[in-house]
Amino acid sequence: MAAERRNAPRPGLVLDVDRSTPPILFHHGEGFRLERLPPGRSRIIYPAEPLAGLPDPEAAIRHALLNPLDSDPLPSRLRPGMKLTIAFDDISLPLPPMRRPDIRQRIIEQVLDMAAAAGVDDVHLIAALALHRRMTDDELRHALGERVFDAFAPQGALYNHDAEDPDGMVELGRTNHDELVTMNRRAAESDLLVYVNINLVSMDGGWKSTATGLADYWALRHHHNVGTMQRSRSFMDRHRSELHHSNWRQGEVIKANGPPIFQIETTVNNNTFGLDGPLAVLQKREWEWSARDRASFMAMHAGLRAMPASACRGVFNRWLAPYEMTSVQAGAVEPVHESTTANVLAQHLVPVQGQTDVLTMGLPYICPYNVNSVMNPILVMCLGLGYFFNLYRGRPLVREGGVVIMSHPTRREFHPVHHPSYIDFFEQVLAETTDPAEVEAKYEAQFATDEWYVHLYRTSYAYHGVHPFYMWYWGAHALQWLGRVIIVGGDERAVRRMGFQPASTLSDALEMASDVVGPAPTITHLHNPPILMADVE
Amino acid sequence: MIAESLAGKRIAITGATGFLGTALTERLLRCVPDCELVLVVRPGRRGAAQRVERDVLRNDAFDRLRQQMDGGDTAATDPASAGDPSDVAAGTGAETYDAMTARRVTALAGDVGVDGLGLDDEGRALLAGCDVVIHSAATVNFDSALDDAVEVNLLGPARVATVLAEEGSQAHLISVSTCYVAGSRRGAAPEQLVDDSPFFIAVPWQDEVASARQARRDAEQASRSPEQLADLSAQARRELGAAGIPALADKVESLRRRWVGDQMTRAGRARAASLGFPDAYAFTKALGERALAETRGDIAVTIVRPSIIESALAEPRPGWIRGFRMAEPVIAAYARGLLKDFPGVPEGVIDVIPVDLVVATILAVAARGPVEPTPDVIQVASGSINPLKYGKLFDLVSGWFTEHPVYDEYNQPIPVPRWSFPGRGRVARQLQRAQRSLEAADRVLSALPLRGRHALMSAGVEERRQQLGRANEYVELYGAYAECEAIYQLDRLMELWNSLDDADRAEFCFDPAVIDWTRYVHEVHLPSMVEQARLKMAPGAGTGRSQSRSVRLRRQVLDPQRHLAVFDLENTLIASNVVASYAWLATRELDDLDRLRFVARTLGEAPRLLALDRRDRSDFLRYFYRRFEGAPVDRIGADCSEMLSDLLIAKSFPQGLRRVREHRRAGHRTLLITGALDFVVAPLRPLFDHIIAAEMSASDGVYDGRLTAVPPTGEARYQTLVDFTELHGLDLRESVAYADSTSDLPMLEAVGFPVAVNPETKLAALARRRGWLIEHWSKSAGAPAKPLPLAPRTRRADLVGSR
Repeated sequence: MAAERRNAPRPGLVLDVDRSTPPILFHHGEGFRLERLPPGRSRIIYPAEPLAGLPDPEAAIRHALLNPLDSDPLPSRLRPGMKLTIAFDDISLPLPPMRRPDIRQRIIEQVLDMAAAAGVDDVHLIAALALHRRMTDDELRHALGERVFDAFAPQGALYNHDAEDPDGMVELGRTNHDELVTMNRRAAESDLLVYVNINLVSMDGGWKSTATGLADYWALRHHHNVGTMQRSRSFMDRHRSELHHSNWRQGEVIKANGPPIFQIETTVNNNTFGLDGPLAVLQKREWEWSARDRASFMAMHAGLRAMPASACRGVFNRWLAPYEMTSVQAGAVEPVHESTTANVLAQHLVPVQGQTDVLTMGLPYICPYNVNSVMNPILVMCLGLGYFFNLYRGRPLVREGGVVIMSHPTRREFHPVHHPSYIDFFEQVLAETTDPAEVEAKYEAQFATDEWYVHLYRTSYAYHGVHPFYMWYWGAHALQWLGRVIIVGGDERAVRRMGFQPASTLSDALEMASDVVGPAPTITHLHNPPILMADVE
Repeated sequence: MIAESLAGKRIAITGATGFLGTALTERLLRCVPDCELVLVVRPGRRGAAQRVERDVLRNDAFDRLRQQMDGGDTAATDPASAGDPSDVAAGTGAETYDAMTARRVTALAGDVGVDGLGLDDEGRALLAGCDVVIHSAATVNFDSALDDAVEVNLLGPARVATVLAEEGSQAHLISVSTCYVAGSRRGAAPEQLVDDSPFFIAVPWQDEVASARQARRDAEQASRSPEQLADLSAQARRELGAAGIPALADKVESLRRRWVGDQMTRAGRARAASLGFPDAYAFTKALGERALAETRGDIAVTIVRPSIIESALAEPRPGWIRGFRMAEPVIAAYARGLLKDFPGVPEGVIDVIPVDLVVATILAVAARGPVEPTPDVIQVASGSINPLKYGKLFDLVSGWFTEHPVYDEYNQPIPVPRWSFPGRGRVARQLQRAQRSLEAADRVLSALPLRGRHALMSAGVEERRQQLGRANEYVELYGAYAECEAIYQLDRLMELWNSLDDADRAEFCFDPAVIDWTRYVHEVHLPSMVEQARLKMAPGAGTGRSQSRSVRLRRQVLDPQRHLAVFDLENTLIASNVVASYAWLATRELDDLDRLRFVARTLGEAPRLLALDRRDRSDFLRYFYRRFEGAPVDRIGADCSEMLSDLLIAKSFPQGLRRVREHRRAGHRTLLITGALDFVVAPLRPLFDHIIAAEMSASDGVYDGRLTAVPPTGEARYQTLVDFTELHGLDLRESVAYADSTSDLPMLEAVGFPVAVNPETKLAALARRRGWLIEHWSKSAGAPAKPLPLAPRTRRADLVGSR
């Protein structure tokens, strides 16, 4: 069965719910819900099955490095005595972290081999984490492998980007929209900057890799703001994303004043939970669940409910996805990214006819900012109204003034080391206002320049002080668009603090939604993850 | 005719700052426009004139008069607005209230507690020149110390009479006594001198004076015996824990003074009971009448004996009362549900008289002048003419509180209990039993290592125990009054009443028959009393009183006017301690087996370390820190920077860290004072303006395990703080201090705004009693669980074989 699937993966699917449709799986943090959707007016969008991975990833990488797009082959761009910097995507990609060997390790090992062959000895490796938290040694080992880590980390040649290092950043200039462009000094002053990317969703990659990943707050604030996010329809669709337009303008400045860039982008398939194994049932369609699937699901469901939240978190945090690489392309940023995007969409895109009144989604335990951490309420908002809501092309899945119903426990839990400014954002800022524009105008500068947050970002493992604001801005388009947001099964106080409405069951939530969208609304359930992107006509 | 006969007279009043004295002053100023007043008051710190101004003339009793004169704003104490011509125009006369009192009221510094009243010649002449002297000064505390009661109540009237007699004064002395000089007995108590009563046991008052003074000396002596001092020290230690020697010494001395006071109160109660009086007040008043009669010389004396004086029936306004008097604490305790039962005879009469009736009687007596044979006695009571039965009073009070319940901290109405009126002994026994069980609970709870909300629960037990203790005292003190079945005869009072014309009867009513008890209790007394007692008569809007208080206190500590915010570290900002940070650093390089050994060894040592810590914190730290001997300085530095994330921040209280930053934003200096080692807290540096920590010396790149100075804990912390504020020119009174344990008491007490964070039991109780802000800060709910403070295994590159 599994082998059959691998060879002929089925595309995504829109299922109209009728009376014979079984209960549908909703992710619910570190747990699940099985919900029946009203027949006759509900539909479910399923992601495509995992595309086949490249049969020989090492060979494909080598081929890409030797046959780049709009660029000389990598070996010919390497020479002795040069300053080479390899920047790579941080812990936020892919989600969840993938099994070893990580794609970054595979690529970087080959790049390093070529560099060694060319006699390059000044090589630095930098985690391009922008304002994310620093990666721990263990996380770097996982992403790059022991060999790379042990060869570079002790010498201080493998490290995390530090956007607040007073001597570590340079200004590359301003765009024609007067947007500042900054870059990590080592990267900017290199003779070649190799960027190693993993494209999980269509938002990633392109000029965003370098213009965002290696920049600082003063450059990011030109596109990480409420106005940009509200003008991006959506930020998952590069050509209609103000976020990307701004990054591309910054890319022009980098092209003119920055280091030469050799961009390596990769895509992975949808094999998040495995084709077999304990979580395989999560990427099967419910009516195809076998008796064994049902039994293992029920056992897992019951087990998770019996465990405390922190234990469930431990279980899921240990899950490593068996992602397979579906493409790798290298060379100049723009043609590489075009090709990457096409490969991403080939896996994710599902055509959908028309909008819906109510969009339901089950939010899983992970988002880009809580790997090995805690999914706090602000991240719940960001995942639902930022990422999931924006996984559309054309028009939003839900009509203007419609309702989003998300399912997540939304506990008032924060990781004190990773998310210190989130705690204060939640307790202080959201207690006063949830309006993104007001939040931005009144508090962003204070949090962004806060000495203590800067200290924790630089020396501990904290997201930058301004990061929770970006999370809130990520949902700004949805907040503007929607008539109501309801969270099922969430902590009541936390949900209300964010300006949303709590409901204890899906049917309660649908009842509450009908106040806004009228009786018997159309309902669409986004059966995500594995990831899908709705192509709404 | 009363106003007319007192017109142009000069009248002296002692005890003008008291309930009756204030009412007298007000009535004379308002209703006898042409008299002058000499108010004899203890000068206090501010002087007599200031005291009269602040403690008498600004009392709300005068609001009515002030409004009549100044019009409009009743609270216009501001001289600028009082001088405003429009205000004068609004009033009835051209003179303002302030101008009138300045003209008619003279403050005279004097003290009825000392011979000669502490007056100079001028003062004696002024007093002797008065036409009427009303002596109303008394210590009405029913639990006052025996010798205090003797000095004021017993000797006071005689001292006034002596001064007048020595100066050859013609004044009419009206001495206010009490009906209860008749003693605890049943049946009629006529208006006669105490020694005319067949029940009076004649004891020479001079002997009682001498023995009371001796009792004080004895108690003082006994309180200093080594055994007593040892007891008190143990008690202080129980209450404060390891608070440091100065704080404990201070506590012992205050406990000793309280002990002496208690002894004297007990002595008074016992002596009074032995002579058949309900308490020391009645006893000393009775002997005071005798002393007055014997020492008055040629001075004409009238003794006015009110029963229990309560809030005003009508003048200056219905319900006016000053202070929390005899019945009020009992009623308040009842309304709060504390007094489940109270002794007394429901058929018995509780003799209450509104204050304005007493005032009117005294003025009528003053207007009439002395009569022969002097001293004559007039009683002002209600029992024989318009009796209020104890049972009916209870029904009235209980009915009113059923309709207007007091609300508890959870905004639930408190139901009032029914009393069964058992004997006094039974109620006392019930209460004592309840108190004993709470004391046992309190002992158990305070022995447990509780913190934060649990500790507050135990503080709640302690508070409840104290309330019960107070209730017990009420029963002991007032039970005798509730059981008193004497009926006070009012023949002379009614004779005086009958001699008045209609105008005086309307203006100066003192006929007890006019009181409608139901109306008085329901509409006059209780509404005024609940306001005085600040009882919570409505459910608070969403938040309890204590919560809104916290909000207020929090605003105060964050007020930009504050100068400095001082923080303790362990259990105040971070749920960790020196042992944890040592364990973390020590295990950083260990492999699994060594870790296990380390944990086992440290656990084995734990009881000894804990005991040492409890005895003396700085000794403990010095002893413990020796373990760092030989630790390489640079390695420790790097490890500490990693420990910031893995231990300090992971175990921090986010609300605490936020508070530090809020203080900085408010412009306050922030200071961390901790017994932790400087290198451990170094990564916290950007959080504070200043850090004072224990410093360890190092040589040749390794630490030597010795501290360079006394670690800043306990009193040393207090001294460090004082030195710091002096150095930086900061004001301790404008400083805020956050700490979690009684060992920080010296520091907390030194600052103007102490805050108890997650307090342990003893500090919780203290903080609650003193009204300090209490914060409950907790670790972040998503903090990684870390049962043992061990460092994650390091995998140094040089230890790991490369692939």
